[in-house]
Amino acid sequence: MAERVLMKGNEALSEAAIKAGCLHFFGYPITPQTEVNAYMSKRMPKIGGTYLQAESEIAAVNMVLGAASAGVRAMTSSSSPGISLKAEGISYMAGSDLPCLILNIQRGGPGLGGIQPSQADYNQATKAPGHGDLHILVFAPSTVQEMVNTVFKAFDLAEQYRMPAMILGDGLLGQMMEPVEFPAVEVTPAAKPWATNGMHGKRGKNIVNSLYLQADILEEKVLERQKRYETIEANHSECEEYLTDDAEVLVVAYGASSRIVRSAVNSAREQGIKAGLLRPVTLWPFPKKQIEAAAAKAKTVLVVEMSTGQMVHDVRLVVEGKRPVHFFGHTGGVIPTPAEVLEQIKQLSGGAK
Amino acid sequence: MKPNELLDFLSQDVIIVTGHYGSGKTNFAINLAVDLRAAGHSVTLADLDIVNPYFRSADFKEEAERLGIDFVASAYANSNLDIPSLSAGVDAKIGAGGKLIIDVGGDDAGAYALGRYSARIKETGYTMLYVVNAYRYLTREPEEALELLRDIETASRLKATHIVNNSNLSWQTEVSDVTRSVPYAQSVAELAGIPLAATAARRDVAEQLSEKQGFYPVDIYVKVPWNPGE
Repeated sequence: MAERVLMKGNEALSEAAIKAGCLHFFGYPITPQTEVNAYMSKRMPKIGGTYLQAESEIAAVNMVLGAASAGVRAMTSSSSPGISLKAEGISYMAGSDLPCLILNIQRGGPGLGGIQPSQADYNQATKAPGHGDLHILVFAPSTVQEMVNTVFKAFDLAEQYRMPAMILGDGLLGQMMEPVEFPAVEVTPAAKPWATNGMHGKRGKNIVNSLYLQADILEEKVLERQKRYETIEANHSECEEYLTDDAEVLVVAYGASSRIVRSAVNSAREQGIKAGLLRPVTLWPFPKKQIEAAAAKAKTVLVVEMSTGQMVHDVRLVVEGKRPVHFFGHTGGVIPTPAEVLEQIKQLSGGAK
Repeated sequence: MKPNELLDFLSQDVIIVTGHYGSGKTNFAINLAVDLRAAGHSVTLADLDIVNPYFRSADFKEEAERLGIDFVASAYANSNLDIPSLSAGVDAKIGAGGKLIIDVGGDDAGAYALGRYSARIKETGYTMLYVVNAYRYLTREPEEALELLRDIETASRLKATHIVNNSNLSWQTEVSDVTRSVPYAQSVAELAGIPLAATAARRDVAEQLSEKQGFYPVDIYVKVPWNPGE
């Protein structure tokens, strides 16, 4: 068994990527994810990898596009404003069917916003990480250990379905220290017969491209991708349920918010209130069936986010008005407290029993 | 070790806390400040961290004021202004009497800010603690911890006088994690050629130790927004 070590979220993400066989990192520093760059710049030269601080986020994401085209595991990392800059490259990679890993350690927005933790990029990540009919895989781990495990899974699924994957963290998860163990797994990157890594006189040309001159061919390509998205939605949505079996107040929260909610749910239970937590682990694909089933058992639903309410709309679409869906959150870098969430739960349950 | 055994040991007025980021410097520095204050000293805690805008001693400001501990930090600490500014108050406190605890930013990057005060600190005399954590990923070998210490000394233009073993796995720390880390800290001290001042252990863990000599119980002041382990 691997030994436990104490790591900062950003460092743990970086080391996990290296252990997952990613030897090509292209980035640009921005608080609160700069430690990813700092860590990669220290480690990559020692293990024969590439760390490149690009001149901008746009350059970095396009370097990832180039590396991914050549068939290697590549990644970039940023925080909210930097992710907006990467949107073009993300769309090009989705349009070119390229796998890669993108980290977004969210901070307050819009604009330059602030450097404190936030979850206000949910809509961007799950709805429009770039232009066009596209999705990327979006994972929302809630502990440093889960971030480590997610890196391996994200690379694997990105390669299996040939699409970008994003780990949507926040300033809290990126900055905090927690004990972690690195899984002792054998990493086997998928075969990439499509990679533009040299013909060596053995095969014809491989072309990686997102430009189509004929509308009908582009439509065919986009529809083929939609089919892949449907397969992913059917097979890879994930969530964690905590005390949801008999929960009257179902609280839905992801990432760092879910840990605050867990504390609040535990306090509510101590006061005799039947509260439960459903934590989406994947944000795209969204765990629709699981939320639908848990909401059906509950009397009311509360969504807690560090935003003005984004995921709450997806929850409402799933619940289809069968249960009231309430929202509580803070934004701009303000972190909700367990006491505030407990108060919301109490109000919804009609007070302590 | 009762807390005051370590405190008696810290005869100098200027006490500098350095180390790898994530070694637990800030939490240790706050404990020192609280214990020195409780022992009747006039105490100033200076947050010199201009590298990391999160989980810093500035979070402890209100509690410090309640306990009668003077607190000095950048005017922009804990704001959205992520700029490396230092408080003029730090200079004023060096050699002004009372205990001055300087919580330095992590690694050599954080120690550069300390270098700016090195000439005055050398004049007044100082204790510089190098805080180590055997469970931090990139300083798990004593040689790696020593290499970082030398980088910190170069950046700060000051020499560490003591090693403090603050090895921990956050809330998961158990008695065996603490006792297992002592030989590591002793190796770092031997390699560095300076004494191991103490091994810090979370108070509930320290209470379970059969042999308390050499251990310094600490409370947890640097906290996450949820309950530990949730």
